[in-house]
Amino acid sequence: MITTKDLTKVYRSRGREVTALAGVDLHVREGEVYGVVGTSGAGKSTLIRCVNMLERPSSGSVTVDGIELTALSGQEHRAGRDLRAARRRIGMVFQHFNLLSSRTVQENVELPLEIIGLDRTQRRRKAAELLDLVGLADKARSYPSQLSGGQKQRVGIARALAGDPKVLLSDEATSALDPETTRSILGLLRDLNRQLGLTVLLITHEMDVIKSVCDSAALMRGGKVVEAGALTDLLARPDSVLARELFPLGEFGAGHPGHTVLEITFQGDTSAQPFVSQLARTYQIDINILGAAVETIAGRLVGRMRVELPGSHQDNVVPIGFLREQGLQVDVLNEAGLKHAGLNEPNGVVA
Amino acid sequence: MTWDDMQQLMQPATLETLQMVGVATVVTVLIGLPLGLLLVLTDKGGALQNVVVNRVLGVIVNVGRSLPFIILMVALQTFTRGVVGTTLGWQAATVPLAIGAIPFFARLVETSVREVDGGLLEAVHAMGGSTWTTVRKVLLPESLPALVSSVTTTVIALIGFSAMAGTVGGGGLGTLAVNYGYQRFETGFMWVIIAELVVIVMIIQAIGDFFVRRLNNRGHSGGTVRLRRRRSAVSTPEAVSTPAEELTPAS
Repeated sequence: MITTKDLTKVYRSRGREVTALAGVDLHVREGEVYGVVGTSGAGKSTLIRCVNMLERPSSGSVTVDGIELTALSGQEHRAGRDLRAARRRIGMVFQHFNLLSSRTVQENVELPLEIIGLDRTQRRRKAAELLDLVGLADKARSYPSQLSGGQKQRVGIARALAGDPKVLLSDEATSALDPETTRSILGLLRDLNRQLGLTVLLITHEMDVIKSVCDSAALMRGGKVVEAGALTDLLARPDSVLARELFPLGEFGAGHPGHTVLEITFQGDTSAQPFVSQLARTYQIDINILGAAVETIAGRLVGRMRVELPGSHQDNVVPIGFLREQGLQVDVLNEAGLKHAGLNEPNGVVA
Repeated sequence: MTWDDMQQLMQPATLETLQMVGVATVVTVLIGLPLGLLLVLTDKGGALQNVVVNRVLGVIVNVGRSLPFIILMVALQTFTRGVVGTTLGWQAATVPLAIGAIPFFARLVETSVREVDGGLLEAVHAMGGSTWTTVRKVLLPESLPALVSSVTTTVIALIGFSAMAGTVGGGGLGTLAVNYGYQRFETGFMWVIIAELVVIVMIIQAIGDFFVRRLNNRGHSGGTVRLRRRRSAVSTPEAVSTPAEELTPAS
């Protein structure tokens, strides 16, 4: 649905060059919620603004719903006719809502419809539908200044949906909201994604956002995507930094010398199996649980457990094989207990 | 000089002053508003970014603003004669008044429009709106309260200028004050005229403030009004409808 190829953006000011995007390839499939996460300055904001050409990339291409936007003329605020038409099919919500204070909630939602050129009655009807959809039908006549942050963002979402877009871009839509409101807005995005088949590309600096709504995610650092993929795939990948950040087991339990420390990740059906007791019974070994966590990620139950088995790696080849046979993902940690680079990295993603 | 004598002189003069200020205001707004918008739009980062146009407009506005009005009036005499056919009377005074006020108003418009949050423009661009859409749907409506208060300020400045026009036969209250108060030493009459000017200015300011307050009621500012509305929203539905109707601007 959204594809970027080798996207770069270089800002030039007073002879200095700042690279905001250094060759970003992104592939967002139709109907999924895709999250881009990274610290501020990682280039994620530039990326999302390049998707609808609010910023024109220095090089590379952007294709949304089969239309190559980079091939259309005009940029930023001087968009050509074709680009403007393409933008009408892409909704966008903003961190600071960007509602017109001079218009009522209903009139704000009608604004994109005015741009499309619908007549008054059609606009009224559509705006009422949309406000109903976001649960603000009773606030139609209020002004934005009379609404709470969460309500304002709901209006922003209703407005973004006015042109019946297939794609919704969300630029830190929940970053100005408190945790509870964030949850309800994310829930709304999730519902819209399911009900309308809306493809959502969101950027955020909060791992929790990725965890609660996204199907896929990309981690950005220094203008590059360092890791991307479906969350379920990422969690199955032992070296995934994103999976570490999504599912931190912390520093605890490096294990004792002469023991083997395993990290077991289980998803979906496998989470229902009593594998620890099975293992203990089958092989007559004492299993020491060092840490464990279970969470719902991308709508699936996912758990990760760190356990310690007596004896060296060689001694435990058979039990490890048994676990893998059960469909579990098993990683053997080295003596230091820190196999993965992501764990200790100080500049890791803000969780 | 009796009160009746004064009134006989003052009535037509007041009308003349209001006429010249009125006409000059209309012309000023018609030309100054687009000029002020252009100053913003052609500036760096604006939708119609154009350094040359922006510089030229900036210089014109600065020159216009720094010329003393009384010199402008004399310098424009030929032009005035070309436009209205005379250099005397209130009709003639409107020309230098408007030309003096246009750059002043354009700067006020520029400042007001600049206050509009850039995020709103971005939102409209993201919806597929053109530059003209942003002007019509965002820049003007969002800065309307500030624009109204700029008009008020401009009208009041024009009243001051119009009195000055009196020294070179511009008609209106200014001429009266110069001819009687200054040249014939009718100090009392002069004070009466000054008092009238003060009253006119106060009335115009009050009218301007009234409209600004009304416009602000719908928007972000005006804390007290907002509080009142909040409270009314909690009360019974019947009670809500009345203040809401009063406060909703006719769109």
